[in-house]
Amino acid sequence: MDLINAFMVLMNFVIVPATAYAAQLSLGALGVTMIYGILRFSNFAHGDSMAFGAMATILFTWGLQALGVSLGPLPTALLALPLGIAVTAAFLLGTDRAVYRFYRAQKANPVILVIVSMGVMFIYNGITRLIIGPDDRNFDDGARFLFTVRDFKEWTGLEEGFGLRSSQAITLVVAIAAVMLLFWFLNRTRTGKSMRAFSDNEDLALLSGINPEYVVRVTWIIVAALATLAGVLYGLDKSFKPFTYFQLLLPIFAAAIVGGLGSPLGAIAGGFVIAFSEVTITYAWKRVLTYALPDEMAPDGLVQLLSTDYKFAVSFMILVVVLLFRPTGLFRGKSV
Amino acid sequence: MSETARNIGLFGLVAALIVLTGVVQSWNTALVILNMGLVSAVMALGVNLQWGFAGLFNVGVMGFVALGGLAAVLVSMPPVGAAWAAGGGRVILGLLLGAGSIAAAIFAWRALSGRTRGVAVTAIILVGFFLYRAVFDPAVEAIESVDSASTGYLGGLGLPVIVAWPVGGLLAAGAAWIIGKIALGLRSDYLAIATLGIAEIIIAVLKNEDWLSRGVKNVIGLPRPVPYEVDLQQSDTFAERAMSLGLDPVTASGLWVKANYGILLAIVLLIVFVLAQLALASPWGRMMRAIRDNETAARAMGKDVTRRHLQVFILGSAVCGLAGAMMTTLDGQLTPSSYQPLRFTFLVWVMVIVGGSGSNLGAVLGGFLIWLLWVQVEPVGQALMSVIASPLPEGSALRDHLLASTAHIRLFTMGLVLLLVLRFSPRGLIPEK
Repeated sequence: MDLINAFMVLMNFVIVPATAYAAQLSLGALGVTMIYGILRFSNFAHGDSMAFGAMATILFTWGLQALGVSLGPLPTALLALPLGIAVTAAFLLGTDRAVYRFYRAQKANPVILVIVSMGVMFIYNGITRLIIGPDDRNFDDGARFLFTVRDFKEWTGLEEGFGLRSSQAITLVVAIAAVMLLFWFLNRTRTGKSMRAFSDNEDLALLSGINPEYVVRVTWIIVAALATLAGVLYGLDKSFKPFTYFQLLLPIFAAAIVGGLGSPLGAIAGGFVIAFSEVTITYAWKRVLTYALPDEMAPDGLVQLLSTDYKFAVSFMILVVVLLFRPTGLFRGKSV
Repeated sequence: MSETARNIGLFGLVAALIVLTGVVQSWNTALVILNMGLVSAVMALGVNLQWGFAGLFNVGVMGFVALGGLAAVLVSMPPVGAAWAAGGGRVILGLLLGAGSIAAAIFAWRALSGRTRGVAVTAIILVGFFLYRAVFDPAVEAIESVDSASTGYLGGLGLPVIVAWPVGGLLAAGAAWIIGKIALGLRSDYLAIATLGIAEIIIAVLKNEDWLSRGVKNVIGLPRPVPYEVDLQQSDTFAERAMSLGLDPVTASGLWVKANYGILLAIVLLIVFVLAQLALASPWGRMMRAIRDNETAARAMGKDVTRRHLQVFILGSAVCGLAGAMMTTLDGQLTPSSYQPLRFTFLVWVMVIVGGSGSNLGAVLGGFLIWLLWVQVEPVGQALMSVIASPLPEGSALRDHLLASTAHIRLFTMGLVLLLVLRFSPRGLIPEK
């Protein structure tokens, strides 16, 4: 039995990657949940908004690289992020003006808005592929690792260790900063408070003189920022490919629903639940168990509960369990 | 212009476009488009049952279509005896164990209460899972190692492929029952997300469970319900007839086979269409529309909304499964990696909405028209792009990029068509009466 080494393997292959993935999912789910809370529909175009934001940032990154600008060990993409967010915000606001506003004025059934968002998804998808193409793009030009497994082993003299990729560290730092900023905004500023009021009770909010169009505009800007952040961080950590962002839609929605649609805190909790379940269920536990168990009990097989090809099935199963037993989610979201 | 004249005009337009394709490109292409149009029309009728009749938003059409395709393989391919001997029984035992433990868990959940319930259900699921894996995994390995280059799967039942069409419907109906049980009766978006999920999982199963469907190695050479071109070409009577029509036997055999497929598909389309029309006009159809238009009022009248939704959801998915089996038969092969959500889910939605939600005739028209558009946007886009790119110098990066990206114009066009129709003509080309 060697629990320290078992824990190190666990850190390297499960805890650190799952935490970074959870942060990315949470940012995505926050965007979905904000739209749901304020505009009251499930935005199917969110995955492709993330892809668009990431694409805009990549284009600016390439521009900066061509100009010779660099952040040293940090990826240039961080410098391009504000620009990417600005472009994505303008793009989403334009979409709202051209597409969604009409249905809002009509007080259309939410299902119609969901279908409209599906059409928007098609268009975003087409635009992204038209501009940058459907292929994999790697745009991380910073240092690869904060410290590697080998560094860690040298420091501690342990048999096993864990490394921290810089993209993982950046994901965590940026995500924590963004979430703190978001909660400060929602809880402390006048606009944020009026957004929460609008989300809780639209009629009362309108009565107290809140301008609904202003609230909607601010929401889209925040959603654009969250989507771009999620898209860029995911792209830095894995790689950028438009189709993967469409596939992220399921875990993101699962995270938002598990937490309770419309609840920002729930979106974060949901992101962690989904990411950790996905990673732990598809991880092959053999090495951890070999260290953690007495020798005679060491497993023969890989001890992998589900192959990684089925990682979407994990989000789906959790979604099913939540829908069956607690349809409003962990944090009691809206139930319409 | 009267409504009938308008409808005849719209269908005439589609027919004319297909004939134009025949004249400009080739009659072979025109027949291929026509056949896929027939299949698309059946799919659109299925989605129209769910959305047009009942207002249910199903984003998992692709999954149900793929289940139909799986049915075609499972019914029509010859069984692989060696694979069955290697592990057929054990695979089935494993699946039964898995299903049995889920059933036992559900039973325990209903029968027990309090803390014992949670413990018992968890224990049953855990034990059941490991038991299932212990039986299932070695059996799968044994099956997949049987001549994996050409078979490596269990094969099918070796029945005529036409039998697979209703079976495809049944498989899809089974999946729809499970999803409907979970997600119906909750908020409408939940059904959308649940169907999106199940579709991805069905495709993942088809891609990875090699023992079942050979996975990404594809199943090719499915038996056909129509004669083979080679046989026709060797038959003297056929060659004579082709000659008398002024066609060479090779072209004629291709056209004749496709026409045969077309007749089969058209018969199915006609049956589904007539049934859907009868359903729409029946008291059941009126009840469905009443539920769609005002759930609360329908509930007040004593209608069990969730049950009716489940019913129509299963029916619509079954029609999609039927269409999927027809499509795989037409292709003659099952290629799991060709199932793309944009092509099989969202395109069908565009068909229904452009055609006219709630109108069966509209769904059929949308099926043909949008399929034609989907096929033809690429050559038209290619031509358009080369016009746009023509002032650019030969070999410039932008020019190459523009020419290479015409394929993505399809997505953009379909999204734009959907949004424009929803905005300016939300009732579609042939509105519901």
